[in-house]
Amino acid sequence: MKLTKEEIKHIADLARLELTDDELKKYGSQLSAVLNYINQLKEVDTTDIEPTAQVTGLENALREDVKEDWDKREGQEAFRQAPELESGQIKVKRVL
Amino acid sequence: MKLNELTIKEASQKMAKGEITSAELTKACLARIKEIDKKIKACLTVCEKEASKEAKEADKRRSRGEKGDLLGIPYIAKDNILTKGVKTTAASKILENYIAPFDATIIKKLKEAGAILLAKSNLDEFAHGASTENSAFGPTHNPWDLTRVPGGSSGGSAAAVAADMCLFALGTDTGGSIRCPASFCGVVGLKPTYGRASRFGLIAMTSSTDVPGPITKTIEDAAIVLEAIAGHDKNDATTPDMEVPVYGKFLEKNLKGLKIGRPEEYFGQGLEKGVKEAVEKAIVKLEELGAKIIPIKLPYAKYGIPVYYIITPSEISSNLARFDGVKYGLSSKEAKDLKEIYTKSRGKGFGPEAKRRIMLGTYVLSAGYYDAYYLQAQKVRTKIKEELDFELEKLDAIITPTQPSPAFRIGEQSDDPLKMYLEDIFVTGASLAGLPAVSIPCGFSSGLPVGMQLIGKRFDEGMLFRIGNAYEKATEWDGKKPET
Repeated sequence: MKLTKEEIKHIADLARLELTDDELKKYGSQLSAVLNYINQLKEVDTTDIEPTAQVTGLENALREDVKEDWDKREGQEAFRQAPELESGQIKVKRVL
Repeated sequence: MKLNELTIKEASQKMAKGEITSAELTKACLARIKEIDKKIKACLTVCEKEASKEAKEADKRRSRGEKGDLLGIPYIAKDNILTKGVKTTAASKILENYIAPFDATIIKKLKEAGAILLAKSNLDEFAHGASTENSAFGPTHNPWDLTRVPGGSSGGSAAAVAADMCLFALGTDTGGSIRCPASFCGVVGLKPTYGRASRFGLIAMTSSTDVPGPITKTIEDAAIVLEAIAGHDKNDATTPDMEVPVYGKFLEKNLKGLKIGRPEEYFGQGLEKGVKEAVEKAIVKLEELGAKIIPIKLPYAKYGIPVYYIITPSEISSNLARFDGVKYGLSSKEAKDLKEIYTKSRGKGFGPEAKRRIMLGTYVLSAGYYDAYYLQAQKVRTKIKEELDFELEKLDAIITPTQPSPAFRIGEQSDDPLKMYLEDIFVTGASLAGLPAVSIPCGFSSGLPVGMQLIGKRFDEGMLFRIGNAYEKATEWDGKKPET
């Protein structure tokens, strides 16, 4: 199985990654090699087997749906990490 | 003996008797970092001022009558664990200047216990790797041989403990990231049961297997640290509300009548000769100590790596979507629209392995491939888990080598991602099944440390401590130090 350059480009776009031509080429062959390796899973018979996502058997950890205020200074520190602020809000480029 | 070479237990006993202070202990560790870390490069940030201040505070607490094994003990945390006011980079350019506004739950707990944060340690970027070579800030060197890797991804933490820069370190383990470097550096590394210690404040990689744990000089120290960081956390819904045992009580018990499984698949082809000999000798020693070794078969174990390298990239592609150049971290100045903020910031900020994993995950989750890859992997995961659970029901633990060979040379296999993934062959099983597992030093192969892995039943870390401690007391590997 070999991924084409177009396929790699499409995956990178879905993943929102801008890649150089060199990267596209390199990752193309590396990902193909990994996919060939993981393809061996197809030989396992998994008829009637349930998938596992949670291993300790915990189910539905519930809590009261109440609002908790965030420590004001911690909140400010979090905002300080943003690249651009305006009137106390994080600024982004226009969407439309 | 220099103070930085002490174990947690030794140091806390000396502090309790008033023979040494935390200020002296912390000073010795900071001096050791200054002396040796130019060569090893285990630390990304050293918090000298904060640590010295906290040490004095710990001494005050002790003089007021407070007690505790971790009160005044200096440690190092892997740099994917959030520390309030101290940089947390995940060894990535995308978080190069990130300062967390809050502490991870485990950091908070250690602070309350009085432990002193000395530094943040190097790792493979976002914990993706088995060698620490994937760090955006350069590799860490193995204290036993500076031309070799320390293992990964918690390589900085393991190297720091091996070189006595601290009394213990925190790592995170998703598919071997505590056990692999512990084995390569000749120290103890414990991956607790999934959910035993809170993930709140860890930079998420694979949320269904991530777990933080201790890297220490002895099993006893690992028990001390786990007891402090374990337990239910309302901020991590996967931590069950179960009592944390007093782990010290397991250390006094002998091994008479215990049953330890030896899976034949873990001792076959591909296992380096010196590693095999060391682990086989350890098995003989465990028998001498009264344990019964039971041969077992784990036919699905060989699928651990393919399953892991589907599930992990899938969860990574989702978890790393939060790095978008908008809220924090690197943000491209050249972007013209919102989409370009994402693509350019991520293209520039992530290193090669993070990009590979994001793309692999995006691919296997994409339309048309989900059933063939992700769903099939989650089903085979069920088989791996059931097989381990079935065997463990009759046993007290399973023994295997931690890694197929000792530490490899820096650069030796960094160009071949698949070869690097195969390093995880013995460690992924316990991660996929959520079982506790510990790597314990058990000898040397051509002068390099070898680790054996003990896998236990879910939430039965106590049994691993019991076996590990008896073995450690009956051998002398824990006293061996690198010459660097």
